[in-house]
Amino acid sequence: MAFNHRHLIDLSEYSAEDITLILDIAERFREVNERRIKKVPTLKGYTVVNMFNEPSTRTRSSFEIAEKRLSCDTLNFGGSSTSTVKGESLLDTVRTLCSYKIDLIVVRDKHAGVPYQVAQASGVPVIDAGDGKHQHPTQALLDLYTMRKRFGAIEGLHVGIVGDIGHSRVCGSLIPALKTMGAEVTVIGPPTLMPAMPELLGADHVTSDFDAALPQLDVVYMLRIQRERLEGAPFPSLREYNLLFGLTREREKLMKPDAIVCHPGPLNRGVELDDYMADHLERSEILDQVYAGVLVRMASLYLLLGGTDHGVDA
Amino acid sequence: MALMLKNARVIDPQVDLDEVCDVLIRDGRVVEVGHDLQMPKGVERDLTGKILVPGLVDIHVHLRDPGQEQKEDITSGTRAAAHGGFTTVACMPNTTPTIDNAQIVEYVKSRAAEVGKCRVEVVGACTQGLRGETLSEMGDMARHGACAFTDDGRGVQDSGMMRRTMDYAKQFDRVVMSHCQDEGLVGAGQVNEGAASTRLGLLGWPAAGEEIQIGRDIAVCRLTGCPLHIQHLSTARGLDMVRAAKAEGLPVTCEVTPHHMFLCEDDITGAYDTSFKVNPPLRTREDCQALIEGVVDGTVDAIVTDHAPHCKFEKDREFELAPFGMTGIETSLGLVITNLVKKGVIDWNRLVELMAVNPRRIIRAERVAVEPGSVADFTVIDPDVQWTVRVEDFLSKAQNSAFIGTELVGRATDVYVGGYATMEEGAIVE
Repeated sequence: MAFNHRHLIDLSEYSAEDITLILDIAERFREVNERRIKKVPTLKGYTVVNMFNEPSTRTRSSFEIAEKRLSCDTLNFGGSSTSTVKGESLLDTVRTLCSYKIDLIVVRDKHAGVPYQVAQASGVPVIDAGDGKHQHPTQALLDLYTMRKRFGAIEGLHVGIVGDIGHSRVCGSLIPALKTMGAEVTVIGPPTLMPAMPELLGADHVTSDFDAALPQLDVVYMLRIQRERLEGAPFPSLREYNLLFGLTREREKLMKPDAIVCHPGPLNRGVELDDYMADHLERSEILDQVYAGVLVRMASLYLLLGGTDHGVDA
Repeated sequence: MALMLKNARVIDPQVDLDEVCDVLIRDGRVVEVGHDLQMPKGVERDLTGKILVPGLVDIHVHLRDPGQEQKEDITSGTRAAAHGGFTTVACMPNTTPTIDNAQIVEYVKSRAAEVGKCRVEVVGACTQGLRGETLSEMGDMARHGACAFTDDGRGVQDSGMMRRTMDYAKQFDRVVMSHCQDEGLVGAGQVNEGAASTRLGLLGWPAAGEEIQIGRDIAVCRLTGCPLHIQHLSTARGLDMVRAAKAEGLPVTCEVTPHHMFLCEDDITGAYDTSFKVNPPLRTREDCQALIEGVVDGTVDAIVTDHAPHCKFEKDREFELAPFGMTGIETSLGLVITNLVKKGVIDWNRLVELMAVNPRRIIRAERVAVEPGSVADFTVIDPDVQWTVRVEDFLSKAQNSAFIGTELVGRATDVYVGGYATMEEGAIVE
């Protein structure tokens, strides 16, 4: 199958076939990751820059693992080591890096739109590892992988996303991608955490009544609540948030028997979900999501650097 | 020194004139308007096929001088203005330092007299340093020629302070121009709240953040009697409030920009082109349509550019970190001709009202008309020339226009200020 994308930035530009191809290749990389030696020479000689301009633990480590298992050479870049703290513009820094003849940039930035700008300035393939409140395509892909693995197909699933929809880059990629794959999407949260027009992202239903929505859902996708800043916060207290939107042992009674729980991490135990639900052996997919992250990132790097669907096992 | 402008189609609704005739100018003023005029000696210009109108005025321009000359200065800004067909601009006070006292008003006026290619009227700050805390010396500034007052760029946030500003300003026969932006509602908003903010993952700048202050300022106008001018109005509801205030008989006027009429939030794509980042933000398609209706029905008094030059390096960065504003002074006339006149939305008379007659009234400038005795400030327009907006053609120092590449019809070819040409056949007269 032909894969005609140069970048992985706007997941709404990806067709169902494109997404399926990534998930299929991720599935084949799963086999590599189950070997004793989890490394293949597939991307040997390629140089990938991980440009993380804001703090990230799991996305960054997941990309690094994926790159190392594909034998890429990597350059990690960002934080206080960037020249931007010396006053250089981000795009000039990108142009500087490109003078090293690199092959691909993975970029995380707190400002929306930066991956596209980096793509324009660099001329090399770019993977968006999360930009501001805009998109986080590899997160959405790993979520889709997890759902497909569990249910066999994404089409027909009813996915409820709960929490801070308006400030979530995960939603910016996940909701359009779920729609592309034929799922039904309900967004759930207080009105103060909703974007201006959630239907524009593709949400089929918008509600603040978690208990009414919960019994219909196959996937309960809990978003992280920012607990750092509560002054001027969009809800009065973490206690009330947990009361209205927390996924608790009590609320589990409202769930379908085979419904699963997802969370992009990092978890706030006791806020958006309790210990019981986070660690639920049958329902919680949270650690499977983390594992899937390595697989879909390997697949994305592989496809963007010119791989076909043949030769994955090389 | 005599100057004869021959054979132009002269359009001036102030004197009910729309016909091909000659205009004879001596010592900077019109001597005679008529057919087959004779002149013993002097310069004669044949303007066959062109349109001559009272000189265009843009009452919302950022010349960035003093203090931000990397973006623009009085030399480059007034050259750009002449290039765009303007004989007068009114410059905004958010410079460094702020134009909040008579000395800086004098600096701008004397510098403009020295190097300017058009007249420069100075709008002084309402409050010292635009901080919204202490009144600036509006009386002294008015004596030194300040033509209006505004805290443009920020707006006066406190309602009590706005009341004090308008109460105080009304003794000087000057309008208070209001930049309407409620900081509490707008916060760090980047684009219109709605489709653009959702789609782009950017903080929203809601229409309500503008409308709440338009409503407030109309109420303060009613309370104080001070003439009020709403700047860069961008929403349909805001326009409705102005319409109602006018019907009530309040001294309220308003302006709109070409970019708020001809671009909307949908034009900001996933490319995050920072040229489209303006304040107030590009609104909905329906808002654009409402502004155009306001231009037609008379609710809108003036078309202005809010010419906001920035350096390339300042705009060539993350959308959320780039400054607000786009240039406009060299594209405004072409955009208005192309999108409004040529499409039959407004006629040439209305264009002259919106871009020359009304702006002069708002800034209390001397009337300019095509009649004997008037100051000879005229703009000559080629109504049919087709051209493309190109960065290389800008005389502004800045390039942050969202209209680059746009095909336009009609532009100014000649500009006369006080009987002297500042532009002839598209070239600035040095």
